[in-house]
Amino acid sequence: MRVVVEKRDTRSKRMAILIPLVSFIVSLMLGAIVLIASKSNPLQAYGAMLNGAFGNARRFQYTIVESLPLLMCGLGVGIAFRLKFWNIGAEGQYVWGAIGITWVMQFWRFLPVPMLLPVGLAVGMTLGALWAGVPGFLKAQWSVDETLTTLMLNYVAIGLAEYLYINKWKAPLGNMGTPEFPREAWLPQIWGKVHAGIFIALALVVLLWFLLYKTRWGFELNMIGKNPKAARYQGVSIKRNIVLAMILSGAICGLSGSVNTAAIAHRLTKGVNAGYGFTGIIIAWMSGLNPFASILVAVVMAALTTGADALQIAMKLPESMGEVLQGLVLIPLLAGSIFVEHKLKFIKKEAA
Amino acid sequence: MNRQTPQIPIVRMEHITKHFPGVLANDDVSLELYPGQVLALLGENGAGKSTLMNMLVGLYRPDSGTIHIRGELAEIHSPQDSMALGIDMIHQEFMLVGNMSVAENIVLGLRDLPLVPKLDEIKARITELSKRYGLQVDPDAIIHDLSVGEQQRVEILKLVYRGADILILDEPTAVLTPGESRDLNNILKKMLSEGKSAIFITHKMDEVIEFSHKVQVLRRGKTVNTCDTKDVTPRDLANMMVGRDVLFSLDRCPFNPGGIKLKVDHVTVDNPLGSRPLLDDVSLEIHRGEIVGIAGVAGNGQTQLTEAITGLLRCNKGTIAIDGRDMTNATPLQVIKAGVSHIPADRGAMGVVGDMSVGENLAMKKYRTEEISRGAVIKKTFMRAFADKLIKAFTIKTPDQDTCVKFLSGGNIQKTILAREIDSCGGVLIAVYPSRGLDVGATEAVRQNLISQRDKGNAVLLVSEELEELQMVADKIAVMFEGKIMGLRNVKETNTEELGMMMAGAGSVRREA
Ligand SMILES: Nc1ncnc2c1ncn2[C@@H]1O[C@H](COP(=O)(O)OP(=O)(O)OP(=O)(O)O)[C@@H](O)[C@H]1O
Ligand SMILES: [Mg+2]
Repeated sequence: MRVVVEKRDTRSKRMAILIPLVSFIVSLMLGAIVLIASKSNPLQAYGAMLNGAFGNARRFQYTIVESLPLLMCGLGVGIAFRLKFWNIGAEGQYVWGAIGITWVMQFWRFLPVPMLLPVGLAVGMTLGALWAGVPGFLKAQWSVDETLTTLMLNYVAIGLAEYLYINKWKAPLGNMGTPEFPREAWLPQIWGKVHAGIFIALALVVLLWFLLYKTRWGFELNMIGKNPKAARYQGVSIKRNIVLAMILSGAICGLSGSVNTAAIAHRLTKGVNAGYGFTGIIIAWMSGLNPFASILVAVVMAALTTGADALQIAMKLPESMGEVLQGLVLIPLLAGSIFVEHKLKFIKKEAA
Repeated sequence: MNRQTPQIPIVRMEHITKHFPGVLANDDVSLELYPGQVLALLGENGAGKSTLMNMLVGLYRPDSGTIHIRGELAEIHSPQDSMALGIDMIHQEFMLVGNMSVAENIVLGLRDLPLVPKLDEIKARITELSKRYGLQVDPDAIIHDLSVGEQQRVEILKLVYRGADILILDEPTAVLTPGESRDLNNILKKMLSEGKSAIFITHKMDEVIEFSHKVQVLRRGKTVNTCDTKDVTPRDLANMMVGRDVLFSLDRCPFNPGGIKLKVDHVTVDNPLGSRPLLDDVSLEIHRGEIVGIAGVAGNGQTQLTEAITGLLRCNKGTIAIDGRDMTNATPLQVIKAGVSHIPADRGAMGVVGDMSVGENLAMKKYRTEEISRGAVIKKTFMRAFADKLIKAFTIKTPDQDTCVKFLSGGNIQKTILAREIDSCGGVLIAVYPSRGLDVGATEAVRQNLISQRDKGNAVLLVSEELEELQMVADKIAVMFEGKIMGLRNVKETNTEELGMMMAGAGSVRREA
């Protein structure tokens, strides 16, 4: 008997749903092996994680709050990914959003207080957009590789943020972080810990879905992503659209940074680069660039984080175990995507 | 034609059935190929020819039915399996890796390749084979620097190199010039004289008559006829394929050209890689209600001319005007908005987006108009109605408009492009090898369509390698050679000999004669 990988004649919708599901189960089993090896009961551990992520209203709220920046960054990078533009700079764009809103809150005091929040969000969004527009422009104009530029720009943005909250914009008291935003300008909480950012995130999901699937621009992005040569021949400007898509992508990631800062830390401080932008890449990828699917993926990824915290407390497992389990989710899922297009075939060798 | 003594067929396919979602591509098809013979496999676009052959090389698996090779039951799961059985195929769509060299492509996928292949030996062998078969190919050339014709030569060389003795050729001459086709055909004859057998898919009836011993005709996935080639005429074959009489006549209004629609004036396009410019001081005028044909051996600047007009290639000198308005180096979108439609030479790489649906591909030119959109929003209902209309008008064979274009048969992909471009034509139609890969019926339809556009008062530029086609369809013929226009002739006032000499580079034939 031998096993061969055969290309599927056609791609089926059912497989596209079934395969991620099976992959998820496989990753749970892999996780179980790791857990057993570190002498814990996997069922108990998963139970603790589930409980930690969704066990009561407060934990559930916390998971939702965690999922919002992931969702927004996922939506943001997803737009660039449609063009096969590998924007891995969401982290930096997110940080710029946080810097932008802090700048407004701290220095634009000529504004009436109720205006601080909307203007701050807009400025954060704009800075994120500009920061992303640069690698977009470099790629469009001189074909500068975007993976490199977007990645490097992350570190510039993070370095700048550190300089600001440790040094330049530091509050007089305390050793790190800018002064707290005026309380009236915080993004309000609407259900326990869940803040109004959830409306912004969900509105973005609907908006992007409409933009990508219903408009001429969405149609053009789809063409460019799937065959740039054909798109150009049909009169679609590739350069212009790369820049536009990157600007939109960065605007959303930037907005995500401003929203989160206005809702949670209420100032620029350590932890602003929490990795939402990087996890956003995974969200975009696993959701197949579908905005609605991103919601589900973002919640699952957030639950893995919040659940891992519980794991640490309830099971006395090291903190890194949570990260190990998160990693284990990804591998089978990415490997699984191969089987959307290919299948395994078992062939019985006949006696010759 | 050597008579074969009764013997076991080298390939026997029995009761093969193959479904795809929404299509029965092969319906209980049986086929036999005898050693040393050539079987021509014919049928309309989408009849199931490529599908049937892909099952012999392990790209698809039959739903039911059996395959015997040299009398033994064969389970073919992959191209490697088929190669081990001595079967090799030239595919309708190229299967070369664009950024690798000719030599690398030729040995790619060979089973007994050592971990570190001895490229020098391989190259020596390639050079030797290309001499023996008269196939000029530079083993170090990178695939995407080669023209379509040269790429096809690489495919043939690959076939020769691998040394299979059952050859499957899926429309190998569709992308070749008549000259190149003749070369290929000679190579094929040589290989047959070495004892190989072949299955040959083509839409060109003269090739069928010249080459094959037997003919098998498919229609809608079923075998409708199998016979000896010597018993049939091209006309019979066309009838069998389509199931009715094919009329080889075209309706056209008398030639009555209007004002100048498209004017190309002393256009030069430099060649970034070589010395000879791609286009060398080209001037051409096309009037309303006129078809100007461009003849010439492929690679003499025809594609570049069409791309310069459509804004895909920058002109270094000269001007291009449409309706007297300067369109030199306009963007592709500006050219489209000026009413220019373009059927490109390279249908897979440029003509369609394979991963998008038939409906979306049909809408790719008109999605900007009121017919499909309201403002920035695409109206799905409008788009669906529009696509259904074109699918019907151009008899595109597809299960439904939501199927990805890449799953259509080669000819139906071409029809999708034709439908979109002909329908959206707003004054100028540029058609490059429009009948490539089409069956006899569809070829007639396209030619008639080009003529109807002319009769409507549009200006048509038709690039073709078949003089016969140009003489049938065009009003005037210009010949291109090495990036230059060698001359423009009225179809009625020229003949094949004169055009042929101009294609070979002789400029002022007429004056000397
Ligand atoms: N992978 C696939 N998935 C779905 N349908 C397919 C696939 N391959 C082929 N088909 C369908 O099967 C039918 C037969 O296609 P095939 O490519 O065999 O036609 P053909 O005879 O080679 O035509 P042509 O002369 O145009 O090349 C077509 O209707 C086509 O749409
Ligand atoms: Mg075919």
